[in-house]
Amino acid sequence: MTAARTISFTLNGLPVTADVKPHHNLVELLQNQFSLTGARETCGQGLCGCCTVIVNGKAVSGCLYLASFVEGAEVVTVESLDTPQKLHPVQEAFVETSAFQCGYCTPGFVLMTTQLLEQHPDPDDDQIKHYLTGNLCRCATYPQVIEAVKLAARKRKAG
Amino acid sequence: MTMAHDAPKAGSQVGRSVPRLEGRDKVTGRAEYTHTMRLPGMLYCKLFRSTVAHGLIKSVDVSEARKVPGVFAVITIDDVMKVIPDPYYGPAFHDQPILAHEKVRFVGEPVAAVLAFDPHVAEAAAQLISAEYEELPAVYDEVDALTTKTYVHDVLKPAGTFADLKHLKDAKDTNMALDYRLRRGDVDKAFAQAAHVFEHEFKTQKVLHLPFEPHASIADYKDTGVTIYTGSQGPSFVRTEIARLLGWPENKVRIKVPFLGSGYGAKLYIKLEALVVALSMIARRPVKLALTFEELFYQITKHPSTFRIKSGVDKDGRIIARKCEVYWNGGAYADIGPRVTQKSGLTASGPYEIDNVSIDSYALYTNVTPAGALRGFGVPQLVWAYESHTDMMARALKLDPVEFRRKNLLREGRPHPTGTIIKDAAVEKVLDHVLDRMNWSKPFDKGTGVVKRGRGFGIAIKAVITPTTSVAIVNVSADGSATLYCGTIDMGQGSDTAMAQMVGEILNVSAESVRVVPRDTDVTPYDMGTLGSRSLFHMGHAVRRAAEHARDQLKALAREVGEPEGSNIPVRELFVKKYGMQAGNVIGTGVFKPDYIPPAPGTGLSENVTAFWMVSGAGAEVEVDTETGHVKITKLVNVVDVGKAINPRIVETQISGAALMQLGFTMFEKMHIDGGQVTNASLADYKIPGFHDVPVVMDNSHVDTNQSNGPFGAKGVGEVSTFCVSPAIANAIDDAVGVRLMELPLNPESVYRAIRAKAGKPLEDE
Repeated sequence: MTAARTISFTLNGLPVTADVKPHHNLVELLQNQFSLTGARETCGQGLCGCCTVIVNGKAVSGCLYLASFVEGAEVVTVESLDTPQKLHPVQEAFVETSAFQCGYCTPGFVLMTTQLLEQHPDPDDDQIKHYLTGNLCRCATYPQVIEAVKLAARKRKAG
Repeated sequence: MTMAHDAPKAGSQVGRSVPRLEGRDKVTGRAEYTHTMRLPGMLYCKLFRSTVAHGLIKSVDVSEARKVPGVFAVITIDDVMKVIPDPYYGPAFHDQPILAHEKVRFVGEPVAAVLAFDPHVAEAAAQLISAEYEELPAVYDEVDALTTKTYVHDVLKPAGTFADLKHLKDAKDTNMALDYRLRRGDVDKAFAQAAHVFEHEFKTQKVLHLPFEPHASIADYKDTGVTIYTGSQGPSFVRTEIARLLGWPENKVRIKVPFLGSGYGAKLYIKLEALVVALSMIARRPVKLALTFEELFYQITKHPSTFRIKSGVDKDGRIIARKCEVYWNGGAYADIGPRVTQKSGLTASGPYEIDNVSIDSYALYTNVTPAGALRGFGVPQLVWAYESHTDMMARALKLDPVEFRRKNLLREGRPHPTGTIIKDAAVEKVLDHVLDRMNWSKPFDKGTGVVKRGRGFGIAIKAVITPTTSVAIVNVSADGSATLYCGTIDMGQGSDTAMAQMVGEILNVSAESVRVVPRDTDVTPYDMGTLGSRSLFHMGHAVRRAAEHARDQLKALAREVGEPEGSNIPVRELFVKKYGMQAGNVIGTGVFKPDYIPPAPGTGLSENVTAFWMVSGAGAEVEVDTETGHVKITKLVNVVDVGKAINPRIVETQISGAALMQLGFTMFEKMHIDGGQVTNASLADYKIPGFHDVPVVMDNSHVDTNQSNGPFGAKGVGEVSTFCVSPAIANAIDDAVGVRLMELPLNPESVYRAIRAKAGKPLEDE
């Protein structure tokens, strides 16, 4: 196995360093070195969205994204969205509409929804389906997720 | 007397859409799952798997793998048998070895295990293992399995748990892991008298659960006891089975279950647990095995099935006889297949009152990935057949499909073919509601041009797996707060929330204030398993009884400390009065096991075969593109009888989710198997439902009923809406384009081939 090298990046607003090997993906880096387990590897092919992480402002599939590539980048995970006092409006909306079942894919949906609402503050059903089409939910909570996204949009507008 | 910190008004907890208790943990990504857990000093396991479907193991060469730097150990069954001499496990049969022993029985069967501190090292080393097999003929088809001379197992070894398997002990020269039969009346005589006889054969394909958290287990073995962290739907069974394998008392085996990234039946009974325990015993360190997505295709699947159904109808349109032969493709190891075979088999004749019924339901071993329970315990396969068959008969007899069903419907107070009198099964009410939501009596636009429109429906009944036991504990602390200990696994169905609502209802506290203890067999009492929509009813009763027991003790405490009857004193002050400070507990316990009469051997008859009936119906409207075979589902109506809903929002989400899951099994999901090898073991090649597969209109509802023997009038909902989706859509396709599909999935190719065949211009086979 190849040797590790040290990289530096920003994780949820904090400067950090980590030792990564060339074959490590971003999910492994977050789980094994930072105990952040909100991004999970499910399909391992970048098709299900369970491993969603925001890198430099853009959602990526953490299972396909090599850890070395976050050198110097801004990495944001689902764990950064809430504070001890308050959930993010998107998270609130998912809780209030019970738009999850087993919850394994939920962090991916939450992160993609925050990005969706930045680009389309008032999305219609087709925009939601289109934007979230790369997120799969085996429990098939899709109708409830659409409700959650719309509620999140209203919360966001209300500030 | 009022509890603790909040005092909602009595009767306000059950029937309320309480937001899920674990919501915050799940939306913040902090919920704990086994797949992402780590223990200090832990080794990772990667498996070397069989590449042949059936063969004798001549040799396994692990020497190159052992040389890889960083490899801790490479383990075969020979190593396992030094610590566990009889390494066979399973809920129905002790037929599955911890690693392949002498023989391999399916492609993907684990043959050797590599342990390393770095999972990448273990994976690389596993690829250096090689094995030589003497290949044997293999059997893949469930009907062939009954007559072939190829036997998957040399000798059958029933586990001894189930009475109806005992006669199979030491059976040889057979692939049959259960032959369930029901005999009511005289079908042959009735067929001879029938004005019309119809006979059809339906098939279902091999599909799988695909929980997004693949199976994962960690064992931490010490000579004084073993702790297993596992994504399991049945920790009590895991404990019993591991204790048996080790020859230990159960109290030395501890099973901890965090949240499950879903299960749908995939994580029932025992899966990876025996293997990780053996590995941890050998390594004397914690060992984790977490499957990849691809490996799910070699763990457990749904049963493919062949159902031959024959009905005799009299001149008035009454079904007077029905003969059912169901073949269940159980794969290489029985898992819970024999129970699927029996428990669904007994309802194979459907929600109809038929005087002469014969059912044969066969669990069969084959050389493919084992099959188990998947959201419906076999019933979706049966309903697919009998509701398609019913529709075909109505068409052939030119009878209205609604009236034909109504004439034969199994109504309240009438005997089911098993002999059990139907009670609290809203069959006709569900049918009426489906028709109402479908606007069935209104004119329907059948479409013109290349896109044709059609509609169809189906109705179904299921008996809950009976008898099973649940135990619960409710602990009221000295501040008045309540804690629930129950073994039901919340794998996404919202059981923690529903159980907390029942506790809250009885103790007069808010459901949100009730703590549900994470599953740990050291503290949570016995539960048979989270399966078959049994938990809300069985564990619900146990929880209700535990809460009532606690409440009664609190009342006694109030009397003891001199409070007048009906006193409004806060509970915490009761404890202070009793103990002089905030101290003590009140512990309530509850047990539930329903009454049951086992089916009589030979006839399968029983006057009390189930604790409750589940009923559901579905209706579908479709558009079929006659040039491509593409089917668009424009409306899907799902109606279920759940008794009283404990949490209406959770009920709705379960109805919706189960129906959409079944939609995938109906329209496109299929494991392709070539010579025993799965050829589409990835999400890129095995499509599951996404946003764009949701029907244009989804209409989910439950009828207003009361389950008279249920906790708060409730019963289970987790799987009910899977039952009728497949036949409703097939019946709608027939309505649209006049073709009948006899095998799932109903993909565009199947539909287009059928359209071309009907036009007398069949396509060539592939």
